[in-house]
Amino acid sequence: MSDELTTMTAADLSAALVSKDVSAAEVTQAHLDRIAEVDERVHAFLHVAADQALAAARSVDERRAAGDDPGPLAGVPVALKDVFTTTDMPTTAGSKILNLWQPPYDATVTSRLRRAGAIILGKTNMDEFAMGSSTENSAFGPTRNPWDLSRVPGGSSGGSAASVAAFEAPLAIGTDTGGSIRQPAAVCGITGMKPTYGGNSRYGLIAFASSLDTPGPLARTVLDAALLQEAISGHDPMDATSISDAAPPVVAAARQADVAGLRIGVVTELSGEGYQPGVLSRFSQAVELLESLGAKVTEVSCPHFRYALPAYYLIAPSECSSNLARFDAMRYGLRVGDDGTHSAEEVMSLTREVGFGAEVKRRIMLGTYALSSGYYDAYYGKAQQVRTLITRDFEAAFGQVDVLVSPTTPTTAFPIGERTDDPMSMYLADLCTIPSNLAGNAAISVPCGLAPEDGLPVGLQIMAPVLADDRAYRVAAAAEAAFTERWGHPLLAGAHGLDHRSETSTTSETKGAGR
Amino acid sequence: MTAEPLPLIPYAEALERYGPTIGLETHVELGTRTKLFCGCPAQFGGEPNTQVCPVCLGLPGSLPVPSRTAIEYTIRIGLALNCSIASWCRFARKNYFYPDMPKDYQISQYDEPLCTDGWLDVTLDEGEAEPRHVRVGIERVHLEEDTGKSLHVGGATGRIQGADYSLVDYNRAGIPLVEIVTKPITGTGAAAPVVARTYVAELREVVRSLGVSDVRMEEGSLRCDVNTSLAPRGSAVLGTRTETKNVNSLRSVERAVRSEIERQAAVLDARGKVALETRHFHEDTGITTPGRSKEEAEDYRYFPEPDLVPIAPPSEWVQQIRRSLPELPSARRERLQAEWHLSDADMAALRNADAFDLVAGTVAAGASPADARKWWLGELSRRANETGTALSALPITPDQVARVADLVSSGALNDRLARQVIDGVLAGQGTPDDVVKARGLAVVSDDSALQAAVDEAIAANPDVAEKIRSGKVSAAGVLVGAVMKATRGQADAAKVRDLILERLS
Repeated sequence: MSDELTTMTAADLSAALVSKDVSAAEVTQAHLDRIAEVDERVHAFLHVAADQALAAARSVDERRAAGDDPGPLAGVPVALKDVFTTTDMPTTAGSKILNLWQPPYDATVTSRLRRAGAIILGKTNMDEFAMGSSTENSAFGPTRNPWDLSRVPGGSSGGSAASVAAFEAPLAIGTDTGGSIRQPAAVCGITGMKPTYGGNSRYGLIAFASSLDTPGPLARTVLDAALLQEAISGHDPMDATSISDAAPPVVAAARQADVAGLRIGVVTELSGEGYQPGVLSRFSQAVELLESLGAKVTEVSCPHFRYALPAYYLIAPSECSSNLARFDAMRYGLRVGDDGTHSAEEVMSLTREVGFGAEVKRRIMLGTYALSSGYYDAYYGKAQQVRTLITRDFEAAFGQVDVLVSPTTPTTAFPIGERTDDPMSMYLADLCTIPSNLAGNAAISVPCGLAPEDGLPVGLQIMAPVLADDRAYRVAAAAEAAFTERWGHPLLAGAHGLDHRSETSTTSETKGAGR
Repeated sequence: MTAEPLPLIPYAEALERYGPTIGLETHVELGTRTKLFCGCPAQFGGEPNTQVCPVCLGLPGSLPVPSRTAIEYTIRIGLALNCSIASWCRFARKNYFYPDMPKDYQISQYDEPLCTDGWLDVTLDEGEAEPRHVRVGIERVHLEEDTGKSLHVGGATGRIQGADYSLVDYNRAGIPLVEIVTKPITGTGAAAPVVARTYVAELREVVRSLGVSDVRMEEGSLRCDVNTSLAPRGSAVLGTRTETKNVNSLRSVERAVRSEIERQAAVLDARGKVALETRHFHEDTGITTPGRSKEEAEDYRYFPEPDLVPIAPPSEWVQQIRRSLPELPSARRERLQAEWHLSDADMAALRNADAFDLVAGTVAAGASPADARKWWLGELSRRANETGTALSALPITPDQVARVADLVSSGALNDRLARQVIDGVLAGQGTPDDVVKARGLAVVSDDSALQAAVDEAIAANPDVAEKIRSGKVSAAGVLVGAVMKATRGQADAAKVRDLILERLS
C-alpha cells in the first residue's frame, strides 16, 4: 500500500483522497517512510517536517470527514524548495549565512500551498541562493540523481527534482532563474515548468535575480504540474511585479493534450555543436512525434539567443550583488567576529567571508563589477539591450509559430564533481533555458527519452508566449501521452540506481524508453 | 589633511574677492498614513522597532509595493514647484552597506526622477524698501525610502566614532522621503545665506500648504543639506563645493552658508584647495567641521529596481492632481496683502514676526485685518517675547483671537478687559467666553447701574459738570475717568461719555 501511494500521481492521489479511499495521513506517512528509506542516499531534503506534515494531513482528513471540500490538492504531499520562507521550518536558501533562519512570515507560495491543503513534507536542497546547475553549490552537501547516484540532479532546484524522481514526493516547488526548474526536471526525467514571469508570486522567495526568479512546479506528469501551478498562481498584491491578469487555465490545457494544427518552431540556434548526440537524437524524435500528432513543424531562427548566456551572466549577478547585500549579520542569520574588537563593517565582512560559498562570491563580484560606475553601460546596460533583442526574437518567432521547441539541456546529467572547477562548462547547462528567463515567457520541460549513450533522461523544452502557459502545457501533455504510449510506461518507471523499483524494472523496459 | 583650521575671513571681506554659489538638497518626510513600500504606520515617535514588518526590515524574500499616495504627494510637490512630471520613470537601487539600511540598498530614484526642471520664487526681505525676488531653479524632485535611525551609545560625541555600542530603530525605515534638489544658485553675492534660508522657508510653506507633510525641522520631517562653493569674483568656473549636513533650523541654514563662505575664503586666500567633502554644522559654535571625504566618491552602483514596475502616472491623473492644488503661499500672500491694503513693509513685518498665517486665520474667523494685526503684532507678540515662545506656539488660536476682537468691537469688552481675557486664555482657563464668564469681565452696560455711577461722578465734581454744561465738552474726560474707576474699568467708555453728555445737556 505504502509503495503504491508513493508511485501514484498527484491527480490519482487527489481522486483517492476525495473518494476517501485513502486518508491524507496515510498518504503523508507513506511519503515520510519513503523519505526515511531513500533520502540518506539522495539527499533531496534539507529539512523534513514530519510532525507538521502529519498534523496538516490530519486536519485535511477532519475537514473531509466533516463534509468540507478542501480542494483537489488537499492531502497531497509537496516538497518545497528551501528558498521559500516558512514560519514552521527553517529557511536556508542552501547557505550557511542564514544559519538555519526561522522566518517570521510565510511566502505567498507557502501560504497558498497551505490554503490548498497541500501537505508540505519539508524543504529541499538547492544550490546556494539558487546559483548553480547541479546542487553541488549547496552549503549542506550535494543531492544525488535518482537515476544514477554518482551524477548530479541538475540545479538549482535539484533537491525538488530528485525528491519527485525518487518518489519521495509526488509534487515539488522549485524556482527558475536561468533554468533551475527545467534543467533539473530534464536530467531527472520528470516534468518542470517555468511559468510566465509574474504569474506566480515571488513574495517570500529569497531573491537571487529579481527580474528573472520564477516559482514553478515539478511533477512526474504534466497534469500534476498543472494542478500544482494552478494552486499557487494568480495575482498577489504583495508582489509589485505580479501580473493582475487571470491565471491561464493550465489544468484544462493539460487535459486537452492535443497539438493537431498547432504550429511548432524548432529554434535553429539551440542545437548543434556542444550538444550531446543522444540529446539531439531524442530531441529530433520528439519533434517527429509531435509532427505525427498533427503539428506543423518549421525551423525558426532566433539570432540573438547566442548572446543570452553572456547577457544572463551580467544581469543575474548584478541583481544578486544587490539582493544579497542584506546578509550583513546585523538583523538575522550568521554573525562572525562580534567579540567587541571589530567594527560593524568588519563584522559584516567577516560574516560574508565565512557565510557565502565560492560561487555566490564569484557572482557577487561579477555583479558588483558590472554595475560599477564607468562599467555600467558596457556591461549591465549592454546586457539589458541584449535582453530586449531576445524578447523581440521571441515576439517575431511567435508571430510565425505557436510554440518553440528545443532540447532542455545540451547534455544529460553529468557526474558529481565533473564541472565544479569549471564554471563556464557549468553555466552551459542553462544554454537553452536562459532565453525564456530573459524574455519572461512560459517554458516547460517534459521527458523525451533516454540518451542511448548513457541511458539518462533527456528533456524536451516547449516555449510559449507570455501568459500562454496553457499552450505549453497542452503541447507537453500531448507529447507525454504519445511517449508513454510508445514506451508502454512512464519514463521514470525505468529509473535505475536507487532501489527495488529500479532493480525490478527490466533492462528492456529502460531501453524501450530509448527506442 | 590640514591639522589647524585657518582663521575665518570676515564675511564682507570674503565677498569682496569671491562670489558664492549655493545649492540645496532638501528631504521632506511625507505625511502618508503608511510607509512607502509596506503597510506599517509612518507616524513619528513610536517605541523603537514597533512599526516594522518583513518588508521594511528587508527580511529575505520580502518585496516592496509602492504607495500610490506617496507618488501622488510627490507629484503634488513637483507641480507646486513648476516641474515637469515624468510620464514614465523608475525607482533605482542605491547600494551601500550601513547597519541602519535594512537591505543595504536604498530604493531611490537616480537618472529618472519623477519631477524635473521647475522653479520656486522667493522674496528676500533685506530691510530695503523694495523686496528682492530670486527665482530658484529646481533640478529635480524624487521619491525614496528613509533609512532606520542609529543611536550611538557611549563616547563623547554621540557619533559612531568612540561609541560603546549602537542601537538601530527601524521605525523610520521605509518612510517616504521626497528629495528636492535645486539647480546651482549663482549671482546672489552677499545675499546667498539669506537666499538659502528664504528658499527653505518658502519651500516649507509650499509643502505645508499642500498638506503632504508637517515639515517640522526639529522632528526631522524636513532635513536640509547645503552645498556651498566660492569662485573668484567674475570667474565663470564654479569652485569646489562642500556639502554641509546637520542643518536643523532655518537660522542654521543661513549661518552654515555664511560660515562656509568665510572658511572657504580663508582656504582660497591661502592658495589652498577646498576639499570636496561633507561637513558637519554645529549649532552651538556656528561653524562647520569636516565629515566624510567625497574625493574617493562612493560608488553606489545605481541600477533600476527590479522588484518594482516603472511609475507611469497617466496624464489625466496628473491633471487631476494639478486641479486639486491649493492656492500656493506666494499667491495667497499677494492676494491677502492686496485685500488687507498692506504695504510691502507691513507685509514684511508680519512675516518676520511669523504672524502672517495667524493673522490670516484670525481674519478668516471674522476679525478685521486691522484688529487681527493689532492683536498678533502687539499684545500677543509681546507675550511670546516675554515667555520666549514662538508666536504660533502660544496657547491661543486665531479663532479665539477673532472672538476677542469681536467682543471688543461689539462693545462687550474694552481693550484693557480684552487683555485680561487673553491672559485667561493663555493661562489655560478656556475660551474667551469662558474667561469672560469666570472672571466676570463683561463691560458694565446695564444703563441703570451706569447711570447711578454717572450721577455719582457728576455730584462729586460739580465744577467739571458746570464746565460741560457751559459747552466745554472736552472736560467730559475727567468724569468718564471717574466712572471708569468706579466701575473698575468694566464700563464702555464711549457709552459712559454719551450718558454724561446726555445728563448735562
